[in-house]
Amino acid sequence: MNWGRALTAAAFGVPVIGLLTWGLTRDPKFIPSPLPGREGPAFALEVFAPGLPPIARPVGDTLSLQRLRGKVVVVNFWASWCLACRDEHSDLSTTALRYADRPVQFIGVLYQDRIEPAINWIGQMGGQTYPSVTDPRSRAAIAYGLYGVPETFILDAAGRVAHKQTGPITAPILTRIIDSLLSTMNGMAP
Amino acid sequence: MMGPLGHGALLAALVVVVAGMLVIPIATRRGRRDWLAVGYAAVHTNFLLLTVAMAAMIVALVTHDFSVSYVAQVGSRATPLLYTVISLWGALEGSILFWGWVLALYASAVLWLNRNREGHLVPYAMTVLLGVTLFFAILLVGPADPFVPVSPVPFDGPGPNPLLQNHWLMAVHPPLLYLGYVGMSVPFAFAMGAMLAREVARDDWMRLVRRWMIVSWGFLAAAIVAGMWWSYEVLGWGGYWAWDPVENASLLPWLTATAYLHSAMVQERRGMLRLWNVNLVVGTFVLTILGTFLTRSGIISSVHAFTTGAIGYYFLAFIAVVLIAALVMVAGNSEQLRTVGRLDSALSRETAFLANNLVFTLLTFTVLVGTLYPLFAEAVQGVKISVGEPFFNRMSLPILALLLFLMGVGPALPWRSAPAGVVRDKLVPPVAGAAVLVVVAFLLGSRDPWALIAMVFVGYAATATFREFAIGAGARRRAQGESWPTALVRLVQANPRRHGGYVAHIGIFLIAIGIAASSGSRVEREATLAPGDTIVFGDVTIGLRGVWGRQEPQRYVIGATLELRNAAGALIDTLAPRMNFYPTSDQPVPTPDVHSTFTRDIYANLQTFRDDGTAATIRVIREPLVSWIWAGGGVMVLGALIALLARQRQPEVA
Amino acid sequence: MRRAIGLESVLALVLALALALVATAPLKAQVADTVTARARADSVRADSVLEARTSALAAQLRCAICQGISIQESPSALAREMRDVVKEQLRDGKTPDEVKEFFVAAYGEWILLSPRPRGLNLLLYTLPGVLLLGGIALIVVLVRRWTAMPPDGPSSP
Repeated sequence: MNWGRALTAAAFGVPVIGLLTWGLTRDPKFIPSPLPGREGPAFALEVFAPGLPPIARPVGDTLSLQRLRGKVVVVNFWASWCLACRDEHSDLSTTALRYADRPVQFIGVLYQDRIEPAINWIGQMGGQTYPSVTDPRSRAAIAYGLYGVPETFILDAAGRVAHKQTGPITAPILTRIIDSLLSTMNGMAP
Repeated sequence: MMGPLGHGALLAALVVVVAGMLVIPIATRRGRRDWLAVGYAAVHTNFLLLTVAMAAMIVALVTHDFSVSYVAQVGSRATPLLYTVISLWGALEGSILFWGWVLALYASAVLWLNRNREGHLVPYAMTVLLGVTLFFAILLVGPADPFVPVSPVPFDGPGPNPLLQNHWLMAVHPPLLYLGYVGMSVPFAFAMGAMLAREVARDDWMRLVRRWMIVSWGFLAAAIVAGMWWSYEVLGWGGYWAWDPVENASLLPWLTATAYLHSAMVQERRGMLRLWNVNLVVGTFVLTILGTFLTRSGIISSVHAFTTGAIGYYFLAFIAVVLIAALVMVAGNSEQLRTVGRLDSALSRETAFLANNLVFTLLTFTVLVGTLYPLFAEAVQGVKISVGEPFFNRMSLPILALLLFLMGVGPALPWRSAPAGVVRDKLVPPVAGAAVLVVVAFLLGSRDPWALIAMVFVGYAATATFREFAIGAGARRRAQGESWPTALVRLVQANPRRHGGYVAHIGIFLIAIGIAASSGSRVEREATLAPGDTIVFGDVTIGLRGVWGRQEPQRYVIGATLELRNAAGALIDTLAPRMNFYPTSDQPVPTPDVHSTFTRDIYANLQTFRDDGTAATIRVIREPLVSWIWAGGGVMVLGALIALLARQRQPEVA
Repeated sequence: MRRAIGLESVLALVLALALALVATAPLKAQVADTVTARARADSVRADSVLEARTSALAAQLRCAICQGISIQESPSALAREMRDVVKEQLRDGKTPDEVKEFFVAAYGEWILLSPRPRGLNLLLYTLPGVLLLGGIALIVVLVRRWTAMPPDGPSSP
């Protein structure tokens, strides 16, 4: 044993400590989604909560992503048992109303929940302006790579995912992204 | 009231530790026994002060003193008393306080037990232990201060993490883990102390290291098994080991400690592997700190990781200091750490131990690399990846099989050199044991290739081990005319360390059989039942008696009552798997219930239920021999206890 | 212990015999309707094959809302639904790799519990092997050196 070997040992130790130091700057819970930039997985789900006029859809109607091409689509996964969903609810509802006359569609997708408590929840929260759909057996949630609720996906007019929000979304974020997507739509229009 | 008291005690402890660290080496160098006594008093005073701090915290928890930050973080008036007390280690600050207290306890105990030992070893070892204590004392008055005053004082708190207040094993597993983890500081302190005292060439410190290593090893073994049991009883998937980073963190130092307990024998007998053994002692200690770092810094997402801010950097700095200090000391003592022995034959127990150490190192390395690799991949490629159970199983099963095989070979080979006849007599008969066990396993329905391979090696190694006992006791019986039990007891007494080791091996065999059988022959079924419905599941019929709900002070509980009946229709057990709803948690905490027998467990988990109680979906799992794993843990601890029977200054004879 | 194993094995044998009888009984009863019976047996067999393939694949996929365990093991509702997706896709004729690809597209590489052995990940699979070979070489060298030392050289006390 000599100092040379000690240096060799250090040559292994230093990178490991460096790696761990770097690791401390990362959030292990944040897992980037591969979806942004790609086409949002198709779904056609049944409305259970109609929303409010002017953007209401009748209960039992099928909301199909395919048919919403040409619109900016905000897909919000939520549940009545989800505590953080309460924080974002009014921001989503008011923003949806603000874009009522633009080519923007808000959709709530119920995640791991049943209809009765979900409708009660909407009542308690003072209503939801846009329609919510059920997701039987969580097929849409799985296709969208859901980790939990709330998660929100914003799709552009071509159906590509432009943004994924993990955790509660806010009105400023919604407005910024929707506005920028609408302006590119207008720019491309002849 | 408790806040200032605890805080004051921690600050005083910090001062006392620094004083002790300065006084002891100076007193030793100058030969001043009176100063040394003062320095030693600092060690005991530190223990006293930390005891005061911990008692203050427990009182604060029990009296719901929400003016103390830690209580405000984990306390709740509704939590039952037991879980209130054990929430002491339910979150970061409290667990660091508990760690500091255990460390102070070890330091005091080590000092007391060695107070009459001459030479410089003990004072320098105490200096190192105080150095480690200093790190935790700094954490406790800095980033992990549990006694920060809260204002305004909240009326109630959120209560502990639901997962940690759901089972009594949470009162058992963490203290064992800390006793094992923290205990690894003692061998480290003796190794560093011996190098500081320039006494490495004397093998005196080796015996101390080995003794304390066995103590910590036993605690850690018990902690790992208790942790497996906790996962099994709480997490609801019927498994006990998922290669979670936290589980790996507890396994890694145990692996290197086990490697050390074997290679230390080579050093003791033949004077070889000194440098390697020092490395293992230091490495084990560093792995305990690294493990704590992984679980406490929030760097890796894991079942029971606690997340916080700056504390991770403190741990990294400490790891760096320890590594640098150890490298400097080892390099400075390199002459005395040179190997002086020789081997008589390549076919000897010495070589078996070399192979053993290689395999343990390989396993440690594989688990460590797998645990840290996601971080590395993210740093290099910016992509989050997972390294989980299938990877670890694929990589570790061959290594574990090799270890089991060596457990059959090692004890059979004599020291120095092995005449061909002896080797044949020792190594060939256990093949019969291997054949018998694998055939039995096959007949009992085991078809999983890995389980059958495990049975081959366990059968081989277990037969070899039992033969050691039988041959030894048989010889005594003939020579001394003793009865079998007496001969066996005397045999163990004559060399407790060796036979304690064999007993620990038997514990491993039990665990290996338990794991192979339960994972290889697991059968599960899911069924939605209405009250009165039954399903036939293997040798039992399971019927749903009813679904019920109950408000408890700290949670709401939904449960299903299941009746287990045997083929004759007689009731053998009633199970009540539940879902516990805590106000602080979105998701219910599953609480499975287990019907456990010697041959098999029936594990029931409530998956979903109808609100009106008309149906429940139940997942039932049948796993053979799970209880053997827990029993094996107990046998391993028994082995450690037997090994500790050896008198400290027992002459090392064959 | 021996006794208990004996009981267990007797029990297992009895159960196996009973099962064999139970399994063959309906076939005997349906001699006249062999075709149906065979078709039914085939579908049962196909079911159990599909179930086994699903389990094997599900064990490779990480439960998104749990910590570190697979969707095969997790008791959570989402994990069971993910497992159903695996089963459906296998039934529809997708290969296991295609099913994995579907989950990777939704969740990223993170969803795979065993990283794909390619590119940088190869390090993970090869490093232990390198260490093993290096270790064996080292032990061979050391044992040769140590056994070559003169017998009356320095030895242990």
